[in-house]
Amino acid sequence: MLKKRIIPCLDVDRGRVVKGVNFVDLIDAGDPVEQAKIYNSEGADELCFLDITASSDDRETLFEVVKKTAENCFIPLTVGGGVRTIDDISRLLHHGADKVSINTAAVENIDLVAIAAKKYGSSTIVIAVDAKKNGDKSWNIFTHGGRKPTDIDALEYCIEVANLGAGEILLTSMDRDGTKIGFDNELLSTVSSSIDIPVIASGGVGNLEHFVEGVLKGGASALLAASIFHFGEYSIKDVKTYLAEQNIAVRI
Amino acid sequence: MKLVIINYGSGNLHSVHKAFEAVNNNLENPYEIIVTNTPSEILNADKLVLPGVGAFQDCKNAIHKIEGLFESLEEVVIGEKKAFMGICVGMQLLAEKSLEFGECEGFGWIPGEVIKIEAPADYKIPHMGWNEVTFRNHELLNNISQNTDFYFVHSYYFRTQKNENCIATTKYPNPITAAVLKENIYGTQFHPEKSHNNGKQIITNFLEWEPS
Repeated sequence: MLKKRIIPCLDVDRGRVVKGVNFVDLIDAGDPVEQAKIYNSEGADELCFLDITASSDDRETLFEVVKKTAENCFIPLTVGGGVRTIDDISRLLHHGADKVSINTAAVENIDLVAIAAKKYGSSTIVIAVDAKKNGDKSWNIFTHGGRKPTDIDALEYCIEVANLGAGEILLTSMDRDGTKIGFDNELLSTVSSSIDIPVIASGGVGNLEHFVEGVLKGGASALLAASIFHFGEYSIKDVKTYLAEQNIAVRI
Repeated sequence: MKLVIINYGSGNLHSVHKAFEAVNNNLENPYEIIVTNTPSEILNADKLVLPGVGAFQDCKNAIHKIEGLFESLEEVVIGEKKAFMGICVGMQLLAEKSLEFGECEGFGWIPGEVIKIEAPADYKIPHMGWNEVTFRNHELLNNISQNTDFYFVHSYYFRTQKNENCIATTKYPNPITAAVLKENIYGTQFHPEKSHNNGKQIITNFLEWEPS
């Protein structure tokens, strides 16, 4: 049986791991390569790096981090943050990323999704969506790391990028991010039940039960978490053991 | 001994290279690993690895765009019967044809065709993530337990014409070919380079394999 994936996400700023609570108040939590190695040995199913480096001058550090991580970790690595062009995707893949996640650039130029999927394969292209509730069963997407609102409906957008060849949706609830009160399972299930491609749940996980709910209520194929792992509240093994006890298939 | 990893611009080339390097460094008699698309170097290979991600047709076109690449592969693999391993689309290319984005001819080294995964509506496509593999006993699967999880990501699969050429399967929920073998020609649908320690074992087995 296909396993539900547990994916630790490392926010990387100028080559260092940080995690924002509601996208501000960054706290340094270490060296990405070292952290990646730990997650790799602990049984993470994939790794995700989100580069939040503001200045393009400092972005070269990311390539080094990706390269070193790929040399040490033999599980899939997704890298996102500031990916604007086909050339950005190409460089990340050639430094060892297995998948590239695109957010703002896909919203601004939806053709990029189809071009990237055609060139590198759907499985390589993850579309990251930051969604915020604006009414009953309705969410709008935000761009620029959650700073810029749009009028675009999250569900319609996800359906569109799935049709254009995206391999996966990384769906972050801005309402829940950093709150530790659980995933927005209504958002997840609304999107997941409307598209064929896998949805990765993100934003809000605070305890083990939240992971279970993300699968059972949200219909997520994979569960992404950051601070809950970084600060040692739970290990990957704790999460997987708990999910297995609830009869959810995980790779132990 | 020379292990050649074919470079035709495949997205997973770097990952495959690094994983083979990591395993190779632990061997008693390590290979010289060469990443290349030069026919003369391919002709000197003792073992070959063909990575591949993306669409079947794009991969095939990329290979045929490089002058002499396919011909040198055919010479070494079919002519001289050197050990060959295809990974993901690199494995699918061994088929006679693929039905992804219309019909496209493959290498035709193993009888069968590449077709869309058929699964019930609540099964996500691509088949992406870790899934259990069952297999026939073979030295290429030494030190691997039945039902071990490997990392898959694909929407099409290789339906071999002969059962004997399918040596491993996974379920989603219908059986899907996970590895093919015909004499010296081997391929995995899953990504050993991304399957952590069990993936490294698969690579070790290939490096130690001497097809008879």
